[in-house]
Amino acid sequence: MSATTTAAPTPAVAPPGARAPRARRRRSGPNAGGTPLVYLAALVVAAMTLGPVLYAVLGGFRSNAQLANDPVALPDPWVLSNYTDVLQSSQFWQLALNSSVIALVTTAIVSVFGVMAAYPLARYAFKGRDALFMVFTLGLLFPLTVAIIPLFLMVRDLNLSNTFWGVALPQAAFALPMTVVILRPFLRALPKELEEAAMLDGTSRVGFFWRILLPLSGPALVTVGVLAFVGSWNAYLLPLLVLNDPAAQTLPLGVATFSSEHAQDTAGVLAFTSLAMIPALVFFLAMQKRIVNGLQGAVKG
Amino acid sequence: MTARQGAGAGSTSTGSTTASTSTSTADRAARPAAVPAGGRRRRAPLTSRWRTRLEIAFFVTPALALLALFVVVPVLQAGHYSLYKWNGLGPMDNFVGLANYVQALGDDVFTGALRHNLTIIVLSIVVQLPLGLAIALLLNRNMWGRTALRVIIFVPYVLAEVVAGVVWFMLLQPGGVVDALFAAVGLERYTQLWLGNPDVALYTVMFVLTWKYLGLAVILFLAGLQGVPPDLHEAAQIDGASWWQVQRKITVPLLGPTIRTWGFLSMIGSLQLFDMVWILTKGGPANSTMTMATYLISRGTERSQYGYGSAVAVLLFAFSLVLALLYQLFILRRDNSDGAHTPSSEKVKR
Repeated sequence: MSATTTAAPTPAVAPPGARAPRARRRRSGPNAGGTPLVYLAALVVAAMTLGPVLYAVLGGFRSNAQLANDPVALPDPWVLSNYTDVLQSSQFWQLALNSSVIALVTTAIVSVFGVMAAYPLARYAFKGRDALFMVFTLGLLFPLTVAIIPLFLMVRDLNLSNTFWGVALPQAAFALPMTVVILRPFLRALPKELEEAAMLDGTSRVGFFWRILLPLSGPALVTVGVLAFVGSWNAYLLPLLVLNDPAAQTLPLGVATFSSEHAQDTAGVLAFTSLAMIPALVFFLAMQKRIVNGLQGAVKG
Repeated sequence: MTARQGAGAGSTSTGSTTASTSTSTADRAARPAAVPAGGRRRRAPLTSRWRTRLEIAFFVTPALALLALFVVVPVLQAGHYSLYKWNGLGPMDNFVGLANYVQALGDDVFTGALRHNLTIIVLSIVVQLPLGLAIALLLNRNMWGRTALRVIIFVPYVLAEVVAGVVWFMLLQPGGVVDALFAAVGLERYTQLWLGNPDVALYTVMFVLTWKYLGLAVILFLAGLQGVPPDLHEAAQIDGASWWQVQRKITVPLLGPTIRTWGFLSMIGSLQLFDMVWILTKGGPANSTMTMATYLISRGTERSQYGYGSAVAVLLFAFSLVLALLYQLFILRRDNSDGAHTPSSEKVKR
């Protein structure tokens, strides 16, 4: 997509310095640059998308009186107390900590177990391999919703209610099928010669896994890990049932609770909600390429 | 959940290479044993076979155990529970057969919930598909700020549904921003209880869902557009086709497989819908936004009807499975039969 200049009809004669920008502007292909109408549409899309997020962030800087007087104005004056109140409450930090721990544990389990399972499925030849892989793909068929009641009871009976294991283990289990399905083709695509060379040098297959395959599958593991992390960070249904104790709850639960308990304090709720967005947004901006590539790759197969 | 089904479909296509790789792996395993390389590397075939089995077991067991304990067992239990009247405490001894299923299918709230799920599927296709397509085509142009816009459109998808739901709850409340915006453009008389009017609430929820999930559609379509060869566009242009004609006759048909994959993901997601509805309306007012999943949670856990809730869960699964199979049979099959990624001339003409 970046090699737009080659498509222009005249670039070969033009001096190199002037070529790129002019060719780009002149290009009149079906995907040519924007007309004012296109930019207007883009602007509307951007405003519609970001509007609610900006409203929440800016609304957190207003007082309830300001919000009641005019729902859409800018903060005047800017009120910092909503945000500082949240940031000084131990509750918010507790929720953020719980979310982080659960998401990290989930991600670790999914990545480690996932790559371990994908390795023999990708690079060993054995009877029943396809059947074994089928078990994982069939796992894709079962959404959490279907199993939620028995899961909730099982977690209770295992005394895992209000613990991060009670959320992380089921979440990891439900994320595993997709992880294996994404990782297997990747591991399979690593060149055979690497494995042969490692074997000739006396490495066992287990050694090959630890010393060569694992470091090489970094990019795939990051993709899988990011998907698991975001999924866990945003999860609601399972934590809702498993974590009743306010001290054990995650950020989404905290946001829901806070917004219903402080329903009259709109500005406070907006500040709380905005702060709860920040980790996901920062994480997304940092990992943006990976998340998008992961999704696109998963769909393309 | 979103990307998984597509990945599953893709994996079947790699299945054809299995045979060739497996034989070569066997060669590789045999070679070091055949060469008398001395010392530890020389293994008797029998021990090496056991060793291989042990290795496989070592690698696969943790994942399998987790899958069995937290996915397979609960799913089977759901089927088991569904045959009993049980409140989760005490022994499960009140076997009622299929009575829970009969009760659910005869309950107006459940059938209404099913209807709402189906409405949301249809509305996704009617609203999100054209909108997502339009934005993807827009973002595929060589315009200034395109990359930023791609990031922006994906932001709602990254936010937790709960977070997005709370913000929209605020925006939609009486005297909130949505009402203010309606008033500002002179449509004041149309303002109402967006989430409190049973005739409107489902469409309000649908609007918020569109806001939340449009980015996913756009990103997927953009990925599909990368696979559309630019020379096709140029050729069409030389033949004098307009932008609109090029998009309609070439780009969109070639995007078919991506669109059908998105449709599948969207359908499965619509059937599982819970978080957003729970935050915005809890299924109300007057059950007008009840989905199968919110029904399941409200009956199953809030009222401790675990047997009945499990029957609802099994029904939810059954409907998902049937729709998924029908979709596979009638819609996705086209992609498997005519080579999804090769732009055949037949496709271009269509």
